[in-house]
Amino acid sequence: MTRLLLVVSLAGERIAFSAADIEAVVEIEGIVAAPGAPPHVAGLSALRSRVLTVIDCAAAIGAERGEAPVRDAVVAVIDGHPYALLVDGVEDMVEAEGDPAPLPQRLSGRWARVGKGMVEAEGRLLLLVDVAALIAGPAAAEAA
Amino acid sequence: MDELLTEFIAETREMLEALSGGLVAWEAAPHDRARLDEIFRFVHTVKGNSGFFDLPRIRALSHAAEDALAAVRDGRRKADAALVSAVLAIIDRLDELVEQASGGQGSTEDDDERLILALSEESREQMVAAPSAAPKAATHTIRLPVELLDRMMSGVSDLVLARNELARRLRESGAGVDLAACFDRVSMSIADLRDAVTRTRMQRIDSLFAPLPRMVRDLAAETGKEVALSIDGGDVELDREMIEMLRDPLTHIIRNAVDHGIERPEDRRRSGKRVPGCLAVCARQAGNQILIEISDDGRGIDTEALVARAVATGAVRADRAARLGAAERAALIFEPGLSTAPEVTVLSGRGVGMDVVRANIERIGGLIDVASRKGEGTALTLRVPLTLTIIPALTLSAAGQTFAIPRSAIDEIVRTRGGAVALERVGGAVIARIRGRRTPVVSLRGLIGAQLSSDEADQHLLVLKLPGGRTYALAVDEVHDHEELVVKPASPAIMSAGLYAGTTLADDGRPLLLLDPSAIAARAALSEHVEETDTATVVPDAEATPALQALLFRGIDGGSRMVALGAVDRIEEVATDEVAASAGCLHVTLGDRILPLEGCAAPPSDGRVKLLLLTDGTVEIGYAVQEAVDIVTVPATLFGGEGEIAGVALVGGEQVELLDLHCLFARHFAATAPAEARPSCLLDGADPFLDTILRPVLEGAGYHVLRPGDAGADSAGFLIRLADADGEEPVHGKARIIRLRSHPEPAGAEDDSIHRYDREALLRALAGPRRHRGRKQA
Repeated sequence: MTRLLLVVSLAGERIAFSAADIEAVVEIEGIVAAPGAPPHVAGLSALRSRVLTVIDCAAAIGAERGEAPVRDAVVAVIDGHPYALLVDGVEDMVEAEGDPAPLPQRLSGRWARVGKGMVEAEGRLLLLVDVAALIAGPAAAEAA
Repeated sequence: MDELLTEFIAETREMLEALSGGLVAWEAAPHDRARLDEIFRFVHTVKGNSGFFDLPRIRALSHAAEDALAAVRDGRRKADAALVSAVLAIIDRLDELVEQASGGQGSTEDDDERLILALSEESREQMVAAPSAAPKAATHTIRLPVELLDRMMSGVSDLVLARNELARRLRESGAGVDLAACFDRVSMSIADLRDAVTRTRMQRIDSLFAPLPRMVRDLAAETGKEVALSIDGGDVELDREMIEMLRDPLTHIIRNAVDHGIERPEDRRRSGKRVPGCLAVCARQAGNQILIEISDDGRGIDTEALVARAVATGAVRADRAARLGAAERAALIFEPGLSTAPEVTVLSGRGVGMDVVRANIERIGGLIDVASRKGEGTALTLRVPLTLTIIPALTLSAAGQTFAIPRSAIDEIVRTRGGAVALERVGGAVIARIRGRRTPVVSLRGLIGAQLSSDEADQHLLVLKLPGGRTYALAVDEVHDHEELVVKPASPAIMSAGLYAGTTLADDGRPLLLLDPSAIAARAALSEHVEETDTATVVPDAEATPALQALLFRGIDGGSRMVALGAVDRIEEVATDEVAASAGCLHVTLGDRILPLEGCAAPPSDGRVKLLLLTDGTVEIGYAVQEAVDIVTVPATLFGGEGEIAGVALVGGEQVELLDLHCLFARHFAATAPAEARPSCLLDGADPFLDTILRPVLEGAGYHVLRPGDAGADSAGFLIRLADADGEEPVHGKARIIRLRSHPEPAGAEDDSIHRYDREALLRALAGPRRHRGRKQA
């Protein structure tokens, strides 16, 4: 079974999203703030006449919020709503070697909530991150 | 699902809907042969069609009903109340079964046998047909998948947004005239497309009203009342989605009217009313709103009991209750948990009150009002926008960020700089006193976590209406513009802020957040008790008339003027060559109408001109402006004024003239001076076409139509005659001659006549000479 992964860098680590969850890779600039929204929501951005909710992934896992004016982001649609997930950089699209495996131990710290398994690609192990969990943000985990 | 079965279900639903009114009529007159035939045809068709599918229950029921009705048709049997009830019960069951077959939920009892038995002549059992099931989620016919229409609509919405962005880029790039003209054409086609697609989603409101006769009949039977229902305006069209959203509220209102409004027959007789209670449902379109009025002539709302309840439950403080006006008292029925029904009846005691009805109406951007007179009846008026997806909004900003807010929520806009407002501070909270009325102020800066404005003296206060007539003022830094916005639902992460109703894109392509006035009130934890009428300054009755709202604009000559907002229908932009001088006045062509044009002395020269379309409810005039500036409250004091200026007032420190609408309209539509004020047009010839067909068109377009020999015929601005009529051309001073031919094609290159049914060309010729325009005016 071939399984494509999108490798991105986030908070100093290389992580993987399942490419099936990702619609596009874009550069985001000119984010309009959404006051009152949870802290990991950076605001709104327009993409081809669609309004994307911009998620700061670093903030979503409790790391420092990025401040660069133009940032890489991946676009994902969850429950009909389009989101742009800001990451530190988009590295590559790779093919997974085998199915994702369950994590051997409980992750600690910032990755605990969003990691859903590990997957091997190009001879390295990558953390497979759940897009929906990033979007839900820290508050959802506390409520759960 | 099998395609044929889908077809069968859709067709049966359609027939059921169409039959709904007929059933009740048949019950009133069981011997009406036409009705009988109609119902017979229905059961016959259903029986025939159901034979193709594995639907034994539908087949058995329709067969039994067909047999019984056939006997009546042949004169072997008389149609009596028992038969009618039995047939109605069967039709209800068929309805349920069809729903079930379509995969909808809902269980049906399986006592079909009993229903069939009730049909037999021996059965003397007086059965009352089960009340028709609550409206099903998908009663509308689906021949074209509705999702497809929705997809088209969202596609067109995207197109509109993309166009707006393209427009902005074109402006920035300073593209040439050619490109701009080309873009205009695209832009206009998109506008046409949007109109067309919007219309495909429109449904006649009939589909909302069709189940009412049956429902009212069942309700009346259950409560032992007599009700005469009248329905009007079923041909008004409304967005499909909107119709579905109105179903539940309307059902609830009708139930209430029959259950609580209309009295029992004996009570009605005692109070000297006609025994059958009147229940009227009426729909009509007013601008881009639909009004639905539901009125009855029943006992009305017992406002005293209502106020007493409200005070008892703590919804309203006693001292405030004492000061409520009649309308405010009646509006208490929308408060949660208040009902004056002495007993909870089967029908209405379902724990769903008028508060839920109001919430549902407001969720779709509508408003609900109640008017009631004790002993005389109650009227509820629903006002809803035509469609859910495109809403008129106002853009505003605070702390450098722009937001939008639905225009329907805005009561008025005042500036803190003007003298009309005084801000008071109580323990950190800010309260504005606007014309003697205290209103809590919520600062948008505060809500969005920005630093509070250092200059409170120059802010705009948007007075927003809340459910139940409460208001609060939202303080913002700037008020910008009116825009029609395509609103999309916001993601849950954004909605969790509790401030927004959705997202949209502004003309400049940037995302905009649409503020939700109710949510903001909830966030700010506004208490109802904050709003108090300041008894010291209030003048009880004069206060009931709200201050006049006016549109502030810059005239063609650069002067600041304002005009009563109520008279402004909309703002249009037209090419200046649509403006022409005739008969001493300026006129503008708008679509296929010609309107008098005010606001400028000579036709404006450059490109395009903005028009305020002013209406008095019947007729319209155009008023040329440079730009619309703001919505303001007209100060109470006006100075001087003459002719079309009612007076001059200080608005924001500037002298602003207020237009005298009466003078403007009187100039063009006064009965005493029609011939002078309107361009006149002489019809020459005896052909009946002139009088019967042409004349109404000309009069409709605002022309004063004359025949030879009429006073003023000699000075008519135009002469219209038929090109192929015999006789020499009479000479008529300065009149321009327009010749109409009956053949669609011109006789030759020299032929400058117009085909008699080319309305556009005719009106164009009347409006004045101009170059040929290849594109259609949107």
